[in-house]
Amino acid sequence: MSAPLVRLSGLEICATGADGAARAIVHDIGFDLQPGEVLALIGESGSGKTTIALSLLGYARRGCRISKGVIEVAGHRLDQYAEPQLRGVRGRVVTYVAQSAAAAFNPMLTIMEQVIEPALIHGLMRRGEAQDKARALFRALALPDPDGVGDRYPHQVSGGQLQRLMAAMALITDPALVIFDEPTTALDVTTQIEVLKAFKAVVRELGTTAVYVSHDLAVVAQIADRICVLRQGAIQEIGAVGQILFAPGHGYSQALVTAAAPRPPAQALPERARGQGEAPLLALRKVVAGYGRVDAQDNPQVRILDDVSFQIDRGRILGVIGESGSGKSTLARAIAGLHAPASGYLTLDGLALPRTIKERSRDQLRRVQMVFQNADTALNPAVSIAESIGRPLTFFHGLRGREKRAEVARLLDLVKMPASLMTRRPGELSGGQKQRVNLARALAARPDLLLCDEVTSALDPVVAEAVLDLLVELRGELGLAFLFITHDIGIVRAIADDVMVLYGGVPVELAKREALGTGAHHPYARLLMDSVPELRPGWLEETPAGTTQQDRRPFDGDAACRFFARCTAGRVSACQTVVPPLQALEDRSIACHLELEALLAGARR
Amino acid sequence: MPDRWLLALVARRIGGALLTLFLVSLAVFSISLLMGGDAAEAILGQSATPEALAGLRAAMHLDQPAYLRYLEWARDLLGGDMGTSLITGMPVSATVLPRLASSLQLAGLTALVSVPLALALGILAAVRRGSLLDRAISMATIAVVSVPEFLIATIAVLIFAVTLHWLPALSSGRTIETPLDLVRTFAMPVMTLACVVVAQMIRMTRAAVCDALDSSYVEAARLKGVSPARLVLRHALPNAVGPIANAIALSLSVLLGGVIVIEVIFNYPGVARLMVDAVSTRDLPMIQTVAMIFSAAYLLLVTAADIVAILSNPRLRHR
Amino acid sequence: MNYPLSPAASRRPIAALRFVRAHFSLILGASIVGFWLVIAVIGPMLAPYSPGQVVDLDVFSPASRQFPLGSDYLGRDVLSRVLVAARFTVGISLMATLIAAMTGIFCGLAAASGGWLDAVLSKLFDTINAVPSLMFGLVVIASLGASSAVLTGTLALVYTPGAFRTARALALNVTALDFVTVARARGEGIGYIVLCEILPNVIRPIAADFGLRFVFVTLLLSGLSFLGLGVQPPNADLGSLVRENIAGLSFGSSAVLVPAVAIASLTIGMNLLIDAASGTPRAGGSR
Repeated sequence: MSAPLVRLSGLEICATGADGAARAIVHDIGFDLQPGEVLALIGESGSGKTTIALSLLGYARRGCRISKGVIEVAGHRLDQYAEPQLRGVRGRVVTYVAQSAAAAFNPMLTIMEQVIEPALIHGLMRRGEAQDKARALFRALALPDPDGVGDRYPHQVSGGQLQRLMAAMALITDPALVIFDEPTTALDVTTQIEVLKAFKAVVRELGTTAVYVSHDLAVVAQIADRICVLRQGAIQEIGAVGQILFAPGHGYSQALVTAAAPRPPAQALPERARGQGEAPLLALRKVVAGYGRVDAQDNPQVRILDDVSFQIDRGRILGVIGESGSGKSTLARAIAGLHAPASGYLTLDGLALPRTIKERSRDQLRRVQMVFQNADTALNPAVSIAESIGRPLTFFHGLRGREKRAEVARLLDLVKMPASLMTRRPGELSGGQKQRVNLARALAARPDLLLCDEVTSALDPVVAEAVLDLLVELRGELGLAFLFITHDIGIVRAIADDVMVLYGGVPVELAKREALGTGAHHPYARLLMDSVPELRPGWLEETPAGTTQQDRRPFDGDAACRFFARCTAGRVSACQTVVPPLQALEDRSIACHLELEALLAGARR
Repeated sequence: MPDRWLLALVARRIGGALLTLFLVSLAVFSISLLMGGDAAEAILGQSATPEALAGLRAAMHLDQPAYLRYLEWARDLLGGDMGTSLITGMPVSATVLPRLASSLQLAGLTALVSVPLALALGILAAVRRGSLLDRAISMATIAVVSVPEFLIATIAVLIFAVTLHWLPALSSGRTIETPLDLVRTFAMPVMTLACVVVAQMIRMTRAAVCDALDSSYVEAARLKGVSPARLVLRHALPNAVGPIANAIALSLSVLLGGVIVIEVIFNYPGVARLMVDAVSTRDLPMIQTVAMIFSAAYLLLVTAADIVAILSNPRLRHR
Repeated sequence: MNYPLSPAASRRPIAALRFVRAHFSLILGASIVGFWLVIAVIGPMLAPYSPGQVVDLDVFSPASRQFPLGSDYLGRDVLSRVLVAARFTVGISLMATLIAAMTGIFCGLAAASGGWLDAVLSKLFDTINAVPSLMFGLVVIASLGASSAVLTGTLALVYTPGAFRTARALALNVTALDFVTVARARGEGIGYIVLCEILPNVIRPIAADFGLRFVFVTLLLSGLSFLGLGVQPPNADLGSLVRENIAGLSFGSSAVLVPAVAIASLTIGMNLLIDAASGTPRAGGSR
C-alpha cells in the first residue's frame, strides 16, 4: 500500500463560546486517505463534518481554532503552517466546493474571472492557458454553452450549473485533494442527479482524491469509496461504503441507514365511503393564483398556480410534490387565505371558503391550520413555548389560566415533549423540538385540515423520521386530514394516501399512492421518481441522464405544456399549442398529450 | 452595453429626486410664509403709510394668493432669477454665488482630506476586526461623533491659535498667495469639519466592508489562497461600493448643510452663515434661495450615490 | 497541607470580573447616562445658589470651597448653573427624541404594511430629510421664537424621518418572518400582531436607534444654543453655558470646560451604552 495522501490524527477543534471559554467541538479525529480515494464525511448538522473538512485546508471559521492534532496533505503539515504558507496550499494543493455555490460566487465578478483565479494567483498558468483549461473543464462537467458561460455573472446562471462551475474552479489547479461540502444539498433532485453524474465523471477521469461532506447516505453511496460516520464531533465508524450500508457496526450508523432507507408505507385509515351528498373536506376548483396585474379574464401577469383542482377527504393525506418554483408553497398559502387566488374557488365541507383571511369566519380559520417549513422562523423568539401554543387556545376556544395551562401540557404530551419545556423560549430548543412545538400550536386550534409545508426538510434524517411517525400517529388519533407538501418523493410514498405532482404551477399528475412507480406516469413524475438516489452503490451509473446537456429553463412560457422544454418522452406538435388534457385512468390522472402507450414506454426504459 | 431597463431604472431614481425637490420647494415656500411678517413692512419700516405699503405689496405681488406667488417664484428660480434681497436690495445671486463658491471650496478641501482618510481607516478597522487598532478607531470615532463640533472648533482655536500661535484664529479677510497661506487659512476649519464627517464615514465603511468580509464568497476566495490585500480590494470592496457611496454622500451633505457652527466660529464667509444672517434679518428671498441650494445639493449627492450603487451592481447591469 | 479552594469559591470572583470586563462599556455608559438623568430630575434642588444670582465679586474664579466649580463671566456659581442647565439639555432632548421616536415608529409600522400609505409616508419623510435640519430649525425658531416648546417640536420634527426609516426597515424584516404570517393566518388583528409579535422582536434595535437619535438631538440643541438660537436667557442649557463663558476658554476656566465636558460625557455615555447593548458597532446613520 502506498503512503497515504492525507493523514489526519488526533485532531481537535475548539470554539469560543459566548462566555469567552473555549470548548472542543471536534475531538480526536483521525483517518488516512489513499490517492484517488473518495471519503465521505456523514452526519447530522452539528456533527462537525464541515469543520473537519475545512481543517484539511488549514482553515477554521471565525470563533473556532484548530487546537491539536496532525493534518498532513500531500506532504504539507498544515497544522504547523503559518498563514502565508497555508495560502500557498489552499486553492492549489487542496481546493473547496461550497454547499451553496450561489453564495460562494462573488456577485460582482464574472464566472471565468473567478474560476481561473486560483491558477493565476498561484502562478501556475497564464491567463489564456487557464481560460482554455477552464473551458475544457466546463465541457467535462457537461455544462451547457461551455465557451460562453464564463463571460456571465453568477446571477445569470442556474444553481445546478453554478455548483458545477464551482467544481471547475476547484479542479483547475489539478489539486491533490478536493473538498466537496454538501455540493448538491441545495439542489432539486432532478438537478442533483445531473450534478452528481458530472462530478462522478470528472472525479473518475482525473483520479481525484476527495472528501465528500454530506448528510445524505444515498448520495454518498454513489460517489464515495469509504464512509466516515460522525456524531457530535467524534467518529462513530469508518468503513467501506458497502460495509456501512449493508452491515453497519455502530448503533448510530444503523440508525442513519434505517432513516435513509425507504419507509414502509404507513397504514392508511380505512377509506370511508363518503355518505350520500356529503362533500369533501376541502375542494379546489380551477384555482389560478399569481402576482402582478390581473387582466379582464382574471388572469394575473405571473401565474404561479394555473388551473388547480383537487379535493381532500377527512382523515386523508394528500402529498403534493414538486421542485422549487413549482408553486407548492403558494398552493398552501392560497388555501390558508394568505395568497388570494385570482380566480377559481375553494370549498370547505361543501361550503364556499372565502379567498382572504379577512373574509373568513373565525371558525373557518380554525379548521385550516398551517405548519411552516422553518421552525426557526415560525416561532416567535421573544415568546415562551407556553404562550406560543396557548395563544390559539385563547383565540379560538377562549381558554385561560389553569385550563389553558393544562391544555398546553396535553398538547406538548401529544407531540411527545415534556411539559417542563413550557417556560422555555424557542432559542433553547433543538430543531426537532421546535418543529414539534410548531405542530402543537397548529393542533391547539383543533383543526380539520393541516397544511404542512416541507415540515421535515430542515431536520436531520433521524429527527425527521420521528416527526413523520408523529404525523401519521396524529392522523390516526385525531382523524385529521393533511395537505403534505414536500420535494421528497420518498416521504410522499411513505405517508400519503394520494399524490399530486406539481410542475410549473400545474398539477401534471394525480394518483393513488399505490399507483406510484407502476404503470404509466407523466414524463415529469417519472423523471422525479427516477432521480431519487437509491441506497446502494452503482445506482447512479444505471440511471439514464434526465435532461443533461440541455440549457433548461424552469418551464417554457411559450409552449402550452409547461414541461415541454425539458420533456424527453417524445413530443407531439400539440404539446406546444394545446394545453395537455387530463387523461383519467383507474387510479391516476395524467395531464399529457402522449398516448398511454408512450407513457407506459417510459416505465419500461 | 447599458440596456433600456437600466436606463429606465436610473431615470426613475432621477425622477424621484426631482419630485422630492419639488416637494421641498413647496415646503420651503410654506415655511417662509410661516415666518410671517410682511416683506413690504420689513422694507418700508413700521412708520410707512398704509398707501405706500399697499403699493409696494401690489408691486411685489404680495396681494396675490399664495399658490400664484409660489408659481411665480418657482418659475423665476428655474430661470435662474433668485429674487432680490429685502435687506440689501441687491440681487440674491450677487450675494449667494460668491458665498457658495467659498463654501464649496471649504467642502471640497474637506472632502479631499476626509474621504480617503475615512475609507482607509474604515477598511483597516474592518480587516483587523477585533484588534487593538479596531477598538482604538472605534473608541475614537465614538468620542468624535459625541463631541459637539463647536467644542472641537474652539479647542482647536485654543490650541493652535491662542496657545501655539501657529494658525490664525479667523479664516476670512485674508488673501491667499502661497500654498502656505492656503494651509494656514483652511487648516483649522478643514480639520474640524473633517472630524465631524470622518467618524461617520469610518463607521459606515467599516460596517459595509465587514458585511462583505463575512460573506460566503469571501470565505470561498480565502480558501482559494487569495492574499489578504486581494481579498479586500478585489473581492470585498466591490460589494461594498453601494453602502460606501451612500456613506460618502450623506457625510458630504453634512458638510454643505451642517457647517454653520464652523463658519461662525472661524468667521468663514460661506453660505451657512449667510443663512443665519438671513434668518435673523428675515430676508425671505435669501432664505428661500439658500434653502433650495442646500436641498438640491443634498438630493444631488444622495441620488448620485444611488446611481453609483446601481451601476456597480452586475445584477442590475446585466439582467 | 494545602487545601485547594473549592472550584465554586474560586470561580465566583473571576466570573464577576469577567462580567465587568465583558460589559465594561455597558456599565460605564449606563452609569454616565443614569447620572445625568438623575441630575436632570433632582439637579436644581441640589443647587447651592440661585442660578441667576451674581454671588461672586470675581469673575471666572477658579474652584474653591465656596464655589466648587468656580464662578462664571458674571460671577455666578457654575455648579448651580450647570445643575439647572442639565435639566434643560436632558429634558428638551429627551422630549424631542421621544416625540420623534413615537411618531417615527408609529408611521414606520403603518408604512410597513405597504400600499399607498407607504409611498406617501416615505415621500413625505424623504422631503423633510432633504431640507437641511439646522436651516429648518433656524427658520422655525426665527418665526415662532425659541421657546422650549418650539425647540422641542423642531428638534423632534428634524429627527422623525430617521426614526421612521429605522422602524420601517425593522418592521419589514420582522413582518417577513413566518411567525407573523402564522398570526395573520390565525386571523389576529393588527394591534395584536404589532404589539405581541413584532414589537418584542424589534425593541432592542429600536432602543439603540432611540439612543443614537438622543445623541444627535443633544448635539443639535447644544449647537443651536451655542449660536444663541437655542434656549434663551434667562434660562440656559449646557450649550448656552459654553457660549456665554467662551471668553474663559483661553485660560481654561471651569465655567466653559465643565458644561462642555458635561455635553460630551452625556453623548459619549449614550454611545457606549448603544454600542454595548446592540452588541455590534452600529452601521451609523445620517446626522
